[in-house]
Formats: sequence, structure tokens, C-alpha cells
Amino acid sequence: MATVSVCQYHPGGFSFENCKRNALLEADITKLGFSSPAARKTGTTICGVVYKDGVVLGADTRATEGMVVADKNCSKIHYISPNIYCCGAGTAADTEMTTQIISSNLELHALSTGRLPRVATANRMLKQMLFRYQGYIGAALVLGGVDCAGPHLYSIYPHGSTDKLPYVTMGSGSLAAMAVFEDRYRPNMEEEEAKHLVRDAIAAGIFNDLGSGSNIDLCVITKGKVDYLRPHDVANKKGVREDNIDGRPVTGSYRYKHGTTGVLTKVVIPLNLEVVEESVHTMDTS
Amino acid sequence: MSEESFTDPGWLSEEVKTGTTIIAVTFDGGVVLGSDSRVSAGESVVNRVMNKLSPLHDKIYCALSGSAADAQTIAEIVNYQLDVHSIEVEDDPLVCSAATLVKNISYKYKEELSAHLIVAGWDRKKGGQVYATLNGLLSRQPFAIGGSGSFYIHGFVDAEYRKNMTKRECQEFVVNALTLAMGRDGSSGGVAYVVTIDQDGAEEKCVLGNELPKFFDQ
Repeated sequence: MATVSVCQYHPGGFSFENCKRNALLEADITKLGFSSPAARKTGTTICGVVYKDGVVLGADTRATEGMVVADKNCSKIHYISPNIYCCGAGTAADTEMTTQIISSNLELHALSTGRLPRVATANRMLKQMLFRYQGYIGAALVLGGVDCAGPHLYSIYPHGSTDKLPYVTMGSGSLAAMAVFEDRYRPNMEEEEAKHLVRDAIAAGIFNDLGSGSNIDLCVITKGKVDYLRPHDVANKKGVREDNIDGRPVTGSYRYKHGTTGVLTKVVIPLNLEVVEESVHTMDTS
Repeated sequence: MSEESFTDPGWLSEEVKTGTTIIAVTFDGGVVLGSDSRVSAGESVVNRVMNKLSPLHDKIYCALSGSAADAQTIAEIVNYQLDVHSIEVEDDPLVCSAATLVKNISYKYKEELSAHLIVAGWDRKKGGQVYATLNGLLSRQPFAIGGSGSFYIHGFVDAEYRKNMTKRECQEFVVNALTLAMGRDGSSGGVAYVVTIDQDGAEEKCVLGNELPKFFDQ
């Protein structure tokens, strides 16, 4: 059962020693009037669908920190292995690190077995790690890929439960996206239809959920090929500030035309300065 | 018009539970297990077609209820342990062994886990058996029900269960019980999965929502 892995095996489950300390610190900080730093969440819409030849994964690109957008174009579709990709919702750091750890372990495992890794293996590794941390790792994932047994799609929840389904959505915008799926999903769709469906589902999440926004990223995984389309659809184009300086259009410039401010008086005073010493030092760039 | 403040909806952080109805009944020559298919996180249904009847071995199944993560993990661990055990004894494992393995985990971690598994199957020694493992007890029973929806059908199963039913009657009994529970329990619903285990093996069946029997429903 033991495989070479980056992650150290912890016997006896999660150590809750620091939770009490954290609770005390929280209480102390609040008394002083400060608030502990908020974890950056990807209040998100992510989804995936299995179609005829493979899997299409989709995600929005907004990362929020409380009520402020921290990153307008973050990448939520993470690489696990050449044939497996994973979308992540929840705490951004947790999804990032969890997928990186499992990607690393899976690469070692694939070298050990000499085969392309299976999606079920990645699913097992992810769920066992998340269960070990009893939901304290806030990572909700949509895992999809194509292996020797065909295309597979899993949804993985922070507490460690998984579901294997033909279409899944996760994140704060998941209800909006699921509504689109439940209406238009058919088994064995063509690639263009599947991409269109995922794009519409993410768009539903973007426009109807405050925590999702910006662009739509798509990842199409088939046997032997991965199309990482980032961005697939710029759903929210930022307007362009136009200025004209002497006839040239300049974007977002704060320079004003000559004559905007009227000149009342102009006084020129030449300063007579003596050059005392002039030396040139060459910099040693060896 | 006030804008709704954006706080993460409850189901984002809520643990995923299988608010459930599960049932296992012995008949002359085997067992029938049944479950609904709804998995909820808070007020939202996250999976409406989950098969909660999980195989532990060829002729031993368990029905999952409670926390989805805990139940899935217990079933996977026991599946692995039974595999090793059956290789060691060079024979199919007994249902009692499977139930004991489940009971051991449920009892040892009873404070941390919140899952209830019903273990049922067929072996050569004692035929069809059903074991309840709630909270770490191990109890062999002619039939067992579990999950949030089971509270609504205690009366029904107590009244309608008869010893030595045929396989057909037993399957009907299980489907009726599931339908009644799904009709009254908000956290149970979807389709009904039925697994019949006898000496020839396990047969899985899925009864879709519109094929379920109709009861009094104004």
C-alpha cells in the first residue's frame, strides 16, 4: 500500500491542538479592535460535463477577499497530470496547494506503475487527504480526465465525500449552473455542443452570482489531447478610456492639452551655478 | 430595494449528508437492500442519483446513511480490509466478519464519525443476514431500517413484515417502504436503488421515480 509520496503520512488523523490557540487569538484580536486576515476565497462557479469523446471543464475567473475582488483573472483549472485537470472552489490557497500536492504524488505514482494515471486514483488521493483534515481544508473540487477506461468526472467535497456523475457543478454559483445543465444536458454530446453548454452554465453563474465574474475558462480533455482555452470567453469586457492628445488617441492618460489651463504670467530666472567637481565611475558589471 | 448581502450560502460550508432512507430485509434464501438516492448539503441537493448501496464484497453490501464523507470512507476501508481477509482465509468472507469490521470502526471513532451503515449479504454458513451497526453496536436482525426517512416507516415495516417472504414479495416490500418514506421525508427522494443478494450473486436494480408505486397522495 505504501507509495513514494511527497506528503508525510500523519498517524492518528488531524491534530486539533492549534484550534484552541487559534480561537483564543481570534478573541484577543477582536478585543483590540482588529480582525484576523480573511482567507481569499474563490466564490466561484465551476462545472464539468462528460461528452462523447471526453470531458469539458469550465470555470469563472474571479477571486474575492470578503466583498472585494482580489484577482480579476485567476486561473481555477489546475493541472493534475497530462490527462487529468481539476477545477477548484472554496479557499484559493487550499485548492491550489491540494491540487499541487496530489499532482506531485500522482506523478511519482505514475512513474512507479509505468502507466498513465487514472482519474479514479486522483480521486482516491484527494478524498483521503481531505477526509484526513475533516473539512478544515476548504477545497471543493471538480476533477475530470480521460484515461484507459474512458472519460470520468468526479465532484469532491471539503469533508471528503465524492460523487461520480456525468455533469457536476460546484461553488457559490453552482445552483445557477446546475439549472442550465439540468435543462440542456444530453448523453453523448458532440464537442462543440458540450463546450457551448459549459460556457452557458458558467455564464449563468457569472451573471447571477455575486461571487463569480469576469471571464470563462474552458478545458477540453480528450484521449491524447488537452485544449486549455484561457480565456474561452471574455464575458465582461472592461471599457476603454479614450483621450486625445494632439489628435492621437491615448488610453487612460492624465495629460491635458496645451491651453487647458490659462497662463497668466511667466517669469524665467536663470541660476548661475559653478561646476565644482565632475567624476565618472564605471560600474563593475563583471 | 435592498441588495442581499453576499455571504456564502450555508450549503457551501455545510457538510454533505445523505439524509436518507435505507432498508435491508432477509427473505428465504437471501437479502434485499434498498435505498433512496438524495444527497443534501444544507438545503441544497448536491447529488440526486447517488447509489447508497455500496459493495463490500461480491455477496455483501452495505447501505450508507449520515455524513457522506464518513460513510463513504468507512465503506472503502472495510472493502479493502475484507479483500485482504478473504485472500487470507482463501474463501468468501462471512457477512458477520464484514459487519464486525464496520462495527469496529464505528465504535472506535464513535465520537468523530456520524454515519450509520447497515450491512447485509449472503454467505454459505448462515444464508441471508442483516446486521445493524448504529453507533458501534452489532445486532443481527430479520430486517433493519436507517436514515432520517426511516422514522416515518417504523410503523409500516413493523406491521407489514412477515417471516419467510419470497424474493418477489421482499422486493415489493422494500420498494413500498422506500416510496412511503421518500414521500414524507424531505431529505429522501430521487430514485430507489434495490439490490437482491442470494447464493447466485448480487443483482442491482434502479426503480425510477415515475415507476414507484402510488399511495394515497392528495
